[in-house]
Amino acid sequence: MTYIPAETLAAEAKKTWAEVSAKKEPLKPKDRMAIPAQEMPSQDPAIRRSNMEEVALGYSAEEARLEALRCLQCTTAPCIAGCPVSINIPGFIQAIADGDNKKAIDILKESSLLPAVCGRVCPQETQCQAPCTVGKALKSVDKAVSIGRLERYVADWERENGLMEIPAIKPNTGKKVGIIGTGPAGLTVAADIRREGHDVTLFEAFHKPGGVMVYGIPEFRLPKAIVQKEIDTLTAMGCELKTNFVIGRTRKISDLLGEDGFDALFIGTGAGLPRFMNIEGENLVGVYSANEYLTRSNLMRAYDKERAATPVFDSERVAVLGGGNVAMDAARTAVRLGAKEVYLIYRRTEVEMPARVEEVAHAKEEGVIFHFLQNPKRILSDERGWVRGIECLRYELGEPDASGRRRPVEIKGSEFEIELDTVIVAIGNDSNPLIRQTTPGLETNKWGNIIVDENGKSSIERIYAGGDIVLGAATVILAMGEGRKAAAAMNKMLANS
Amino acid sequence: MGACNEMNRILDKKRLSETVYSMRVEAPLIARERKAGQFIILQLCEDFGERIPLTVADADPAEGSITIIFQAVGKTTRKLAGMDVGDKIAALVGPLGTPTHIENFGTVVCVGGGIGVAPLHPIAQAMKAAGNTVIIIMGARNKELLILEDEMRAIADELIICTDDGSVGRKCLVTEPLKELCEQNPKPDLAVAIGPPVMMKFCAATTRPYAVPTQVSLNTIMVDGTGMCGGCRVTVGNETKFVCVDGPEFDGHLVDFDNMMNRLNSYKKQETTDHQCKVGTKAGEPA
Repeated sequence: MTYIPAETLAAEAKKTWAEVSAKKEPLKPKDRMAIPAQEMPSQDPAIRRSNMEEVALGYSAEEARLEALRCLQCTTAPCIAGCPVSINIPGFIQAIADGDNKKAIDILKESSLLPAVCGRVCPQETQCQAPCTVGKALKSVDKAVSIGRLERYVADWERENGLMEIPAIKPNTGKKVGIIGTGPAGLTVAADIRREGHDVTLFEAFHKPGGVMVYGIPEFRLPKAIVQKEIDTLTAMGCELKTNFVIGRTRKISDLLGEDGFDALFIGTGAGLPRFMNIEGENLVGVYSANEYLTRSNLMRAYDKERAATPVFDSERVAVLGGGNVAMDAARTAVRLGAKEVYLIYRRTEVEMPARVEEVAHAKEEGVIFHFLQNPKRILSDERGWVRGIECLRYELGEPDASGRRRPVEIKGSEFEIELDTVIVAIGNDSNPLIRQTTPGLETNKWGNIIVDENGKSSIERIYAGGDIVLGAATVILAMGEGRKAAAAMNKMLANS
Repeated sequence: MGACNEMNRILDKKRLSETVYSMRVEAPLIARERKAGQFIILQLCEDFGERIPLTVADADPAEGSITIIFQAVGKTTRKLAGMDVGDKIAALVGPLGTPTHIENFGTVVCVGGGIGVAPLHPIAQAMKAAGNTVIIIMGARNKELLILEDEMRAIADELIICTDDGSVGRKCLVTEPLKELCEQNPKPDLAVAIGPPVMMKFCAATTRPYAVPTQVSLNTIMVDGTGMCGGCRVTVGNETKFVCVDGPEFDGHLVDFDNMMNRLNSYKKQETTDHQCKVGTKAGEPA
């Protein structure tokens, strides 16, 4: 993919829009399909390699309206079924095409509380955009209507024009709800419950709210200011926020439900316990979990070497192990922190990689070197106990496994070494044990995920849970979907108690 | 926002030695929950400040305060040392870590080196309260660097002081009296050693031949302190453990101290102010 400057894309869109909008006749499906798919304007890769600013710049008004016109408004709307929160996608897209952004954002907000976030981080190509009729007709999911980019466009339009409104709040019920964790699940539940007039207190273990959106997802993919705006809305709604507060340690679940007088709790603490590979050399100096690497850079702002007290390695040659979004974030962060060579090692092929296609494309543009069908065997130490390299094995794809993906099979005797000073392990997270260990009676599965019923209720009355602590490591949109379901059940429970 | 909930105001500040300070800080929730062996994470500025783990030397639930003891050697601890009574600490998080397992073991030898005496204090206190005979060995480079002598004397059935230069107590390393105690019959039922890593390493090496169970409390580099980052991980008996949630206390006979000491030096290059961290580290050579 060659880089096209944002200005060029915008100028082309302007021209095309002039032609399309000059047509007197209503557009036929054929005309819509003929409109070129609008690229996402982005920062020049050569420049963005050394800054933390957002890479994707967002559509211009013409780009958005052209992209919206590509939607066939098909009656089957398979996109809606592909969306975990069933957004009325053709509805909001039609509003954009009509130039009615206000209507578009209202439709989005019927279903999604975090459109500016989801528009940026949802894996659209496997959700709403996967079954898109346009993509099918053009025989490529890359040619589907860019629903996520349009979602982002209207959410940004609303925020940048100062039109975000504080939702109406029902009269106070006197009921008190505690939300544990301020990631996507927690924020969603807080909003839905506060709207019903209940008191809401959010507990956050870190010094800043936002969960993975703040400590994990880097600024260049999701600006912190966007998350902060969502938090500001919640505090303006009257939600109370307690940071530096670790449930399970500072207070226990039983304290909150007992002495502290909470009527219900929602646990949305995420999947915060990094998994390692259990290979030799994993505790050498220079081996990071992606969580640690990203937290140092994002939350603790280690990238700002002049001002931040938290250090991060001055790496020259980095390998990131894994193929998900977190692996892409870590690799691209390493590039920005000044590493000369960044490798991404993944044991399957590009097709099986769970990362968003756009992140993979961006990582490639930024010079990340992909090693597919390889897997580390051990991490090599120098005489001081620091990383000096990694020994990998080559793999080939065999029969499909339980996940339906072809299982990588090791090629015997294919060992080879890569010289490195830093290894970042991004192979996923297990659930954090703090609440589980300090809450007798709270049932969890063998991975430590909280077991809930179809309404998000746990094995203990008045305690609900959602997001990654239930799902295992998943996505922002799924966490939000779970949160909405749980919030509805909690509101019902509170109304009847 | 933590500040809205707990003021984190400094109530009292004492200088215990040239670089070691004791502060009593308002922190009612931590004071109420904290148990021996636990620690806190402190941060002085929520935008660019680092999060550092500090041990809790004491707590007063009635007053709603905790006492932290720290050595002013890094960016944050130096800045903290410069703060005064009435000032507020931006963030205090805790209590973190798994509390010490306290029971009546019989005779417990508590070995504290340098500033390690601070976290040892509440453990010795709890061991005494559980009915143990508590023998305390305290080590420091010299008389000036010895902290909490009176407090430890008040707990100890027997108190042994060691200094590198002999300016007070015996002129020896803490491992010497520890070895003598292990040679006695009956030998101690448990040893608890807290101090510089190299001291803990050699305490464990000293008790190993006598099969005296030895607990050490590790103070590693941390970011969140809740299990989220794994930066604090150590190798214990060939397994990876997280100091913040699995620890901070581990079986000293199983800890890979060399790897732990390496990991503590991860950022030496970036931390130019760390050169003063010497108190008690001489306790390293085997007796």
